[in-house]
Amino acid sequence: MTEPVATLSAVEVEYPGRGKALGPFDMTLAAGEIVALVGPSGCGKSTALRLLAGLEPPTRGAVRRAAGRGETAVVFQAPTLAPWLSAAANVSLPLELSGVARPQARARAAEALARVGLAAAVKARPAQLSGGMAMRASLARALVTGPKLLLLDEPFAALDEITRRALADDLLAIWNEARPAIVFVTHNVEEAVYMAGRVIVMTPGPGRSAGETVIDAPAPRPPGFRATADFRHAAEAISERLAAATRDAAMGAAA
Amino acid sequence: MSRLAALAPVALIAAILAVWQFACAGLHIPEYLLPAPAAIALALVRNAPVLALSAWRTLAMALEALVAAILFASLLALMVSLSRTLDRAVRPLAVALQVTPVVAIAPLFVIWAGVDHPDRAIVALAAIVAFFPIFSGTVRGLTSADPDLERLFDLYGARPLQRLARLRLPSALPFIVEGCKVASGLAIIGAVVAEFVAGSGGAEGLAWRILEAGNRLRTADMFAAILALALMAAVVHLLFQALEKRALTWWRGR
Repeated sequence: MTEPVATLSAVEVEYPGRGKALGPFDMTLAAGEIVALVGPSGCGKSTALRLLAGLEPPTRGAVRRAAGRGETAVVFQAPTLAPWLSAAANVSLPLELSGVARPQARARAAEALARVGLAAAVKARPAQLSGGMAMRASLARALVTGPKLLLLDEPFAALDEITRRALADDLLAIWNEARPAIVFVTHNVEEAVYMAGRVIVMTPGPGRSAGETVIDAPAPRPPGFRATADFRHAAEAISERLAAATRDAAMGAAA
Repeated sequence: MSRLAALAPVALIAAILAVWQFACAGLHIPEYLLPAPAAIALALVRNAPVLALSAWRTLAMALEALVAAILFASLLALMVSLSRTLDRAVRPLAVALQVTPVVAIAPLFVIWAGVDHPDRAIVALAAIVAFFPIFSGTVRGLTSADPDLERLFDLYGARPLQRLARLRLPSALPFIVEGCKVASGLAIIGAVVAEFVAGSGGAEGLAWRILEAGNRLRTADMFAAILALALMAAVVHLLFQALEKRALTWWRGR
């Protein structure tokens, strides 16, 4: 067994004035695996992601993660590109911040953009990109440092169905090249089943694990995977677990 | 419809001028009370050289003030954005300065500048009036970068200077430009008000032309000077608006 890429041990997060947002929550992430966190809005799944990114500390519990510069990358729900920079400058930003010389950084940025299918948009500004293209640029920026851990916070939520399916396949293809560990937050069960090797269902906030499902299928997914019985059963089981967790929480709140 | 809409302001002005002209002639209104538009036009042509010179003097003082305000306000905003304590310390003073009418403090500055240099008082007062929109715009801009981009800079371990140069300053640009546009109009207002208070002919700006004509009851000359002032302010406004548009297009890339 190789060293896990990141672990959350009994982490809890409390925000002053808002109470507990997450936990206690445990999670171990093996190298190269894709894990989806599924749960209702406000269940703390984005909080869990920020813990893994090291963007905030837990109130209690411990976080262990790849802490080197550029070892962890995040893709947010919105593309979060700087509007005043070209796509290439946006993508090379993580490299330039860590001191890579600009020409070299730009060259690697152009490579990363090519990998997500944006070779022609190197000079374009974010305002000139479509929603899907902007998200791809955001993904390229996350990939440019060659991260060991890639964190995605509902990255496809704002995209239309066709674009999000295309991006899901592209993401799996990209993952297959370098095999970073991926944690993927979504409220879309089918997307979780399609992307992840392991789907963790979370309860409404404060989020805890309501159980996990291993998706036993080859990755990247074979064509027509969404029509297979395995896919449908897994999606159905996870949906039921999600509904049960939400129901229990509602009854707990009522009692 | 759109052509009609485009013509509407011209038509309104023409109608007002026509009524005005005929009313003055028909009701025998004395010229010192309300001169007819034709008389004002004549005064404008007759005084054109001296009005142009005075307009340039007022404009030059306003622009000097604007440059001083931009330098001082953005520097202070930068310092304030870096230190919470400094922000706390400066805020009440800045607000107090902003809510105090410039006319009220103008006599003080006139005394300080001395009888021989009313222009210094005028520039200082116009700069004070222009200061606030640039200061508050820059402070707001420097603290309103996309929070997720801020997180990204955290994630990649950006140093404070990198964060300032590569995130906060570029994010602030639209706010700074907007502040400068508002300040340009205020600088002209500030300069004219200060000229009025300074009173003497030392600066010989447009306000002085208005005062001078008023003292002699040459109302048509007064109107002409006011018109020149309005024209100058409008040109400056349009110029800064175009500048803002250009800057935003460049910033956004379209």
